[in-house]
Amino acid sequence: MNRSAITKLQASLLIIVVICGIAAGTYAYYSMIVPAAKTRLIVSTTTSLYETGFLDMLKTKFEAKYPNMNVSFISQGTGLAIQTAMRGDADMLLVHAPSQEYPFLKGGYGVNRKIVAYNFFIIVGPSEDPAGIKGKSPSDAFKAIRSAGLNGTAIWVSRGDNSGTYTKEVSLWKAIGLDVKQLRQEKWYLEAGSGMTATLKLADEKLGYTLSDTASYLLNFNNHNIVLVKLVEGAKSMLNVYSAIADDPRNANMTKTNFDGSMMLIKYLASDEGQQLFADYGVSQYGKPLFGPYLKLLQTKSDPLGNDPTQLIQWISDYAFFEGSECPQQFRYQAEGLYSTQTPVPVLLVSIVAGVEQRKAAACIQSLKA
Amino acid sequence: MHPIIEGIIQAINLILTGDPEVFSIAALSLYVSVLGTLLACTWSIPAALALALRKFQGKRILKGLFNAFIGIPTVALGLYLYLLLSRAGPLGYFQLLYTPNAIIIGQSALVTPIIVSFATGALESVDPDLRTLARTLGASDRQTYNVIIKEAFWGLVLAILAAFNRAFAELGVAMMLGGNIRGLTRVLTTAISLETARGDIALSIALSFILLGMVMSLSIAINLARKTSQ
Repeated sequence: MNRSAITKLQASLLIIVVICGIAAGTYAYYSMIVPAAKTRLIVSTTTSLYETGFLDMLKTKFEAKYPNMNVSFISQGTGLAIQTAMRGDADMLLVHAPSQEYPFLKGGYGVNRKIVAYNFFIIVGPSEDPAGIKGKSPSDAFKAIRSAGLNGTAIWVSRGDNSGTYTKEVSLWKAIGLDVKQLRQEKWYLEAGSGMTATLKLADEKLGYTLSDTASYLLNFNNHNIVLVKLVEGAKSMLNVYSAIADDPRNANMTKTNFDGSMMLIKYLASDEGQQLFADYGVSQYGKPLFGPYLKLLQTKSDPLGNDPTQLIQWISDYAFFEGSECPQQFRYQAEGLYSTQTPVPVLLVSIVAGVEQRKAAACIQSLKA
Repeated sequence: MHPIIEGIIQAINLILTGDPEVFSIAALSLYVSVLGTLLACTWSIPAALALALRKFQGKRILKGLFNAFIGIPTVALGLYLYLLLSRAGPLGYFQLLYTPNAIIIGQSALVTPIIVSFATGALESVDPDLRTLARTLGASDRQTYNVIIKEAFWGLVLAILAAFNRAFAELGVAMMLGGNIRGLTRVLTTAISLETARGDIALSIALSFILLGMVMSLSIAINLARKTSQ
C-alpha cells in the first residue's frame, strides 16, 4: 500500500517534469522558429567569418531591412561550405578561397560571384620566435619554419581541413616547392582539423606557428584567449578575399534553393549600407575594421586597413579575379544591377551583341508562331 | 585559472538573470529531445513488447542488433541521416535538413535501440508465471499485455528517461542535422562547442552548467525511480 503511494507520487512528479519540458520547448519553438511566413535563406559560410560575430550582426541588420527574410548561417570551412552548397543544402556561399570558388562556378553550381571584403592572412607564433621569422617575407618565413621544424625547435599547426585558410597555407608551401602531403608526414607539422579559433588555441598551447586571418587573430588575442604574436604580415601572397556566390537555380540539385533571397543578400552586402557594416565592424575594439570593404575601396580609393589602395586593388584583381573579372559573363544570371558600376567595356559590348541576338531569336520565334 | 573563475561567475550571473539567449537555447534543447524521445517511443515500445512477449524466428539476432546499436557513434548516425535528408538525397523533397525537425528525427533514431533494449529487458524480467496466471484467468492478449506493462512500468520509465538523457546530451546528430543555426537549431551541446571554439568560455561554462544540472537531476530521478521499482 505504502509502496504504491510513493510510486504514484513519483509518477505524477515525473509526468509533471515531462510536461514542463514539452511546454518550455513548445514555447521556445513558437517564440523563435515559427515565423514560418518568413522566407528562409541558408548561407553556408566560413568559420573565420562566423566566429568574429560579424554574421550575427549582419543577420540583425539585414532582417531589420527585409523583415520577411530569415537568414541562417551554417558555419563550416570553405571546402565543406562549398560541398554543402553543391548538394543544394545551402542557398548561397560566403567564402574565401578563390581557387575553390572558380571550379564551383565552372561546374555549373554557382552564379553571380561578388567580391565583398578583404583582409590579410598573417603568420603568428610564440613571442620567442624560435625559427626567427619576424619581419621576413612569407616564403622565407615558411622556409625558416620548416628547417627549424626539422631541427626540432619549431612546430607548425595547420588547420588541416579544406578551409580557405588551409587552401592558402597549401599554396604558400607550394610557392616554396613543398607539398603538404609530404609535410604532414613530418613530426613538426601538426593538423588541428578544426576551426580557426581552435587552431590558434592549439598553436598557443604547443608554442607553434600557424597561419590565421587577421580578424580571428585579433579577436582571440584581445580576448586573452591566446598570447601568440603577429610575425609576418602584409604581403601580396597573404591576401584574403571574401566573396558571395549564389547557387545556380538551373542546377538540378539546386532547383529548390532560394535564389531571390540570395541575390537580395548579395546586393545588400555590395550596397553602401552593407559595405559600411564591414567598414565599421571592429573599429571600436581594434582601432581598425576587421574586414576591409572591397567596393568601398574601389569607390573611395582608400583602405581603412592602411595599405596603398592602388596597389591593393591590383593585388585583389591579380589574386581573386577569374578571366580578368570578379565574375565572368558566363557565370552571371539575372544579375541586374549587381555589376553595373564596373562592367568592363568589352563585356558590355558582348552583352549588347548577345541582347541583339536574343531579340532576333525572339522575333524569329514570333514569326514562326504567326 | 583566471578565465575559469571569471567564467563561473558570469555563468551564475547569466543563469540568475535569466539571459534570454541562454534560456531559449536550453528550451530548444528540451523541446527537441523530449519530442525525439516521445517519437522514438511510438515504435520502440511496441517493438519491445513484440521482442519480449512473442516468439518468432531471428528474435535473438534482432535483440543482439538492438543491443549493439545502443552505442552507435552520433556522428556516424548524423552523417547517414544527413545524406538521407539532404536536398540532393532521397528525402530531400521534405526540406528537413537544418531544421529542429531534423534533429528530432535524428535523436529518435539514436535512442530507438536504447528504448527497445532496456524496455525488452524490463518486460522480460516480469515473472512469467504472471502471464500464465492471467491466461488461465481468461485474459485476452491485450489484457495480458496490460498486466505485464503495469508490472514493468518502472522499467519502461527508466528506459525512456535513459533515452532522453542520451538525446539531450548528444552533440553529433544535432550538429550535423541541425547545423547549429543561432535561434533555430542551436541546442545546448552545439552551443557549448561553438562558444568554446569562439573563445567565449564564460558562456560555454554557463551552458554546460545547465546541461549538467539537467542531466544530473534526471539521473537522480532515474535512481529514485529504480529504488521504488525494486
